[in-house]
Amino acid sequence: MNPTVALLLAQDGIATGAIYALLAMALVLVFAVTKIPFIPIGEFVVYTALTLVVIQANQVPRTVWLLIAAGCIAFITDIVAFVRERDRAASGGIAPLWLSAAQNLLLPAVIAAIVTMLSQQPRIMPVDMLMAVLIVVPLAPIIYRLAYQPLVSANPLVLFMVSIAVHFVMVGLGLNLFGPDGDRAEPYADWQLELSGQIVRGQVVMVLVAAVVLMVILYLFFARTVPGKALRAVAVNRIGAQLVGIGTATSGKLAITLACLIAALCGLLISPGVTLNYLSGELIGLKGFVAAVLGGFVSYPLAVAGAFVVGLLESYTSFWASALKEVIVFSMIIPILLLRTFASRSDMGEH
Amino acid sequence: MKDQRFLPFQVPLIAAIALIVLLPLAPVASAWITSFNYIGLFALVALGLVLLIGSANMLSFGQAAFVGLGAYTTALATTLAGLSPWIGLVLGWLVTGIAAYLVGLVTRRLSGHYLAIATMAVGMAIYFAFANLEILGKNDGLNALPHLSIFGFSFEKSERMYYVIWGAVALAALGVRNLLSSRVGRAMRSLALGDTMPEAHGIDTARLKVLTFVLAALLASTSGWLYAHLQRAVSPIPFGLTHGTEYVFMTVLGGAMSVWGAILGAGLFVLLDDVLRNLLPRLIGGDAHYELVALGVMLIIILQRARDGLWPFLARQITEYRLAEAPAQAPALPVRPKPAHGEQVLDVRGLQKRFGGLVAVNDVSFDIKAGEIVALIGPNGAGKSTTFDLITSVQSLSAGDVSFRGASITNLPSRTVFSRGIGRTFQHANLLPNMSVLENVALGAHLRGDPHMIGNVLASASRLNRQEEDKLLHEAARQLERVGLKDNLYMAAGNLALGQQRLAEIARALSGDPILLLLDEPAAGLRYFEKTALSSLLRQLRSEGMSILLVEHDMEFLMELADRVIVMDFGSLIASGTPEQVQSDPAVRRAYLGD
Repeated sequence: MNPTVALLLAQDGIATGAIYALLAMALVLVFAVTKIPFIPIGEFVVYTALTLVVIQANQVPRTVWLLIAAGCIAFITDIVAFVRERDRAASGGIAPLWLSAAQNLLLPAVIAAIVTMLSQQPRIMPVDMLMAVLIVVPLAPIIYRLAYQPLVSANPLVLFMVSIAVHFVMVGLGLNLFGPDGDRAEPYADWQLELSGQIVRGQVVMVLVAAVVLMVILYLFFARTVPGKALRAVAVNRIGAQLVGIGTATSGKLAITLACLIAALCGLLISPGVTLNYLSGELIGLKGFVAAVLGGFVSYPLAVAGAFVVGLLESYTSFWASALKEVIVFSMIIPILLLRTFASRSDMGEH
Repeated sequence: MKDQRFLPFQVPLIAAIALIVLLPLAPVASAWITSFNYIGLFALVALGLVLLIGSANMLSFGQAAFVGLGAYTTALATTLAGLSPWIGLVLGWLVTGIAAYLVGLVTRRLSGHYLAIATMAVGMAIYFAFANLEILGKNDGLNALPHLSIFGFSFEKSERMYYVIWGAVALAALGVRNLLSSRVGRAMRSLALGDTMPEAHGIDTARLKVLTFVLAALLASTSGWLYAHLQRAVSPIPFGLTHGTEYVFMTVLGGAMSVWGAILGAGLFVLLDDVLRNLLPRLIGGDAHYELVALGVMLIIILQRARDGLWPFLARQITEYRLAEAPAQAPALPVRPKPAHGEQVLDVRGLQKRFGGLVAVNDVSFDIKAGEIVALIGPNGAGKSTTFDLITSVQSLSAGDVSFRGASITNLPSRTVFSRGIGRTFQHANLLPNMSVLENVALGAHLRGDPHMIGNVLASASRLNRQEEDKLLHEAARQLERVGLKDNLYMAAGNLALGQQRLAEIARALSGDPILLLLDEPAAGLRYFEKTALSSLLRQLRSEGMSILLVEHDMEFLMELADRVIVMDFGSLIASGTPEQVQSDPAVRRAYLGD
């Protein structure tokens, strides 16, 4: 391997690492607030990327219909819960139902209308991207409502099983929505830089810039805004937060929606660079998990560090031993867990 | 484990077993045999998950990869090295065991999430190794495996493999059931409550988790070996994450709490899978994989609505748990020599516990002598339960020293503290609700059984440990009789009244043959005559030379029982002396009644 190749591989590794870092942060966020290991995060990356591909082909993506259908089911679930509720006055009377209708029926309808209208018009790329995000991200609170909300106080391992079930539902649906073949979006940055003789691809620059900007925005969100502070409060002490009026369901929905927004942006960022199919989310999401483990699902900086290690390792092994790339990357979990054990002697007994 | 004699579901159960035994003799289509072969193979893996999910509260999505290790190892051994399939089986166990041991080792001290994630990642790594290694035939896999045979009798036909597979299932089911109702199994089941309670009764939870995980992996490996010689070929597809999840699905569907649930789940799964693969595409149209969606949705619904699976619905009438029964007579367990009356047993010096800026226990010193009942009192939040936790190493102390019978036990693991002879109860009763009272109490005698874990597993699974079990269960029954619960031996502990649960905890602590007993509010929730009985029990224990430290709010109960009273307030010791001295102490009056 000569230095040029090494640097090119490093570039690739850092770019993929940045994506895993964003995903790992999203996973830490969801876990801290809800104790849910959010395995389906990879599907949100893939759904967004493949939805973008369809939009760019001037078609109405089938994810729109999924959003409408899922919204209807969520609304019906809310109605059933309302009918069964004994003390309706205490849970806010009929007001939550109106809110549910707005969120689960109106919003998907509006999004569907906009997407259908715009699909035949000439558009610029950012509009396409915005549309893809608008279609996919509202699925997140619906999934929380349907799969997780009935289980807020469940054993953590039950949440794990539900997560993997949601993952497979989304993979199965993904096959129906996008077909078996992989695809990639149009490039948004087909320029390159020259830095002291080294060629840096525009794609890599964009990914890094976007990752840094996103991290700063996340930091500001948690440090400065009321919802951000509320999420932090839940993460520190769920019961305490509940006592001061921060609901478990509300914070859970918010956390998962935020995480899926991050995942959707990751989907946009990688869509021109990698060919993705309905199955790709599994590997992407799991690597985010491997990275998050290094931070013990509590530390954002360590999760980010873990992500870059995973990204670089993946990049270099694809050069040295491409057939065994995934074997090596996933085997990383063993030394990472070993480090984790040493780092958290006090973790013992916490279930 | 739920079980009872003469249950209404025994008739269908016997019918089901008869069906399984007689099926190949009946003139049925060979597709039936194939389906039942798969049910058996899946049931073997699901039985391993009964140990993990249903008992030890551990979760693995990597069982399919362990099945794969068993299958590929025997495939390599028989095709490449030309070895006998039976050697392939042992090699498969070896390879799978090592892999599982490694995963268990790095996750044993971490919370349950890490094991689940590790099994996913390692499962992926193993799957990709199958699919990419030249020697394993990449995506095509290996074929032309020999069929099984023993002493020249060939199992080439799938009707004959059927009996091998179901023989293995029967052995495994029996073994798992025996194991779970024995000493090691009880310890595994106690992991469901977290690490604190088992550790406080001498159980090495980290080691036990590794052992449980390896056992489950070995069952999976066995299934893989059978699969490989049934198919006579292996390829990577059945060993991926999807199938790892399917094993979890079928176990949860049938009911992870019992071996029958695992077999039922495997059967239902094969049926369901068949229906979904054939029916759904015809109903909805298209050639997409709806079964993945359907399985996912069903798993979510089961977890939301019927978390214990379907088996409990069939066996609902359970009111008694008689899987382990106490014999009327059994040789007594050895008892440790008691210290002489008046000898110093516990010596606590300068005990301190800080939580950040908060000092929960501050410079507390006291001692306890053999045959003495000492009461630890104080207003709520005074640090009494924390003091208990510090003495028993449930929490680590920030400063100070605890010695027991002259040797320091400061910050030793709480299981070691227990093994030295300090038993305890918890402020919030910590019993396994779905286990009989007897078995819960027998947990306390864990250390009085054979310490060799692996030998013990084999002995338990095959019931060769009957003698030891009899001794332990008899001891548990004896202690339960002492605390006045002899009529509740086979009741589910969760059905005991709260006060009785505290009594059961005392019996559990006594089963460990302690020298010093720490009781956290033992009289809370007891009725008047129960309190009197408890009081006389504690007196009797004292007369036998036992030392007792108790936290209690019932002053009437305490003052006539205790030899000495120690008073804490805001983490500090404010008074100590005889009950009379303490009752007239102005500082104590201030702490309780205010100025």
